[in-house]
Amino acid sequence: MKIEKIVQALGLEVKCAKDWRDREGTGGYTGDLLSDVMGNSKEGYIWITRQVHQNIVAVASLKEHAGIILINSSEPTRDTLEKAEAEKIPIMVSDLPAFEISGKIYNLLTTAS
Amino acid sequence: MIIPVAETNQNLYCGSFTIEGGNFNSAGIVSTSIKSILKKLGIPGDIVRKAAIVSYEAEINVVSYAKKADVTLTVDPEKVCIEVMDEGPGIPNIELAMQEGWSTADQRIREMGFGAGMGLCNIKNYSDLFDITSEVGKGTHLKMTIHKP
Repeated sequence: MKIEKIVQALGLEVKCAKDWRDREGTGGYTGDLLSDVMGNSKEGYIWITRQVHQNIVAVASLKEHAGIILINSSEPTRDTLEKAEAEKIPIMVSDLPAFEISGKIYNLLTTAS
Repeated sequence: MIIPVAETNQNLYCGSFTIEGGNFNSAGIVSTSIKSILKKLGIPGDIVRKAAIVSYEAEINVVSYAKKADVTLTVDPEKVCIEVMDEGPGIPNIELAMQEGWSTADQRIREMGFGAGMGLCNIKNYSDLFDITSEVGKGTHLKMTIHKP
């Protein structure tokens, strides 16, 4: 499912890399430990996290994630936004906690096909 | 700092890089460069992804604990090899350090989501061959090899 459709369905705020919302999100992974995400997420996944510092962009870029969703209305740092723009990684913000946004994305992705 | 040193006839690529310890702002630059080089060389995607994971984890370890490290990337027709030689505190007990969840990371590192004691395990799991040696007070030497299909 395209990132844009998920943004619309869940009312996400897109903070950067808006030109890349047509990318396909093929799955999701929720976690705040960067090595956990490195080891267990996959290409095309949407990463759901509360981490807001710029190192999340390197992880998402290396893993070729479709985008990052920050939970609980967390604000990304300016460095994070600049890096994500350069790496073409959309960063989106949800006001929901990780459990709820993960469930909603799971439902969207598993009922779409 | 990234210094590609040479392209040889035997190897598809041979280059070296430097990782600066303690600088989390530049963490990931070397592994991103390695991934980019491998993609340009036409290395298959699953090999590139494994190399990205192992080089990133090694890079984060250097940034978290060491003063600096020299990294060498060698690509030949059979394999991708990444060596990381750091100047740092070394690891007193490698067997313990290889256990998932074991970590000496301080609170600052943990708050950023690093230091969960999974890095060396990820390196081992995503390398076909993994060699680690360390000398306390001098540094740690990692050698990761990923075979091409």
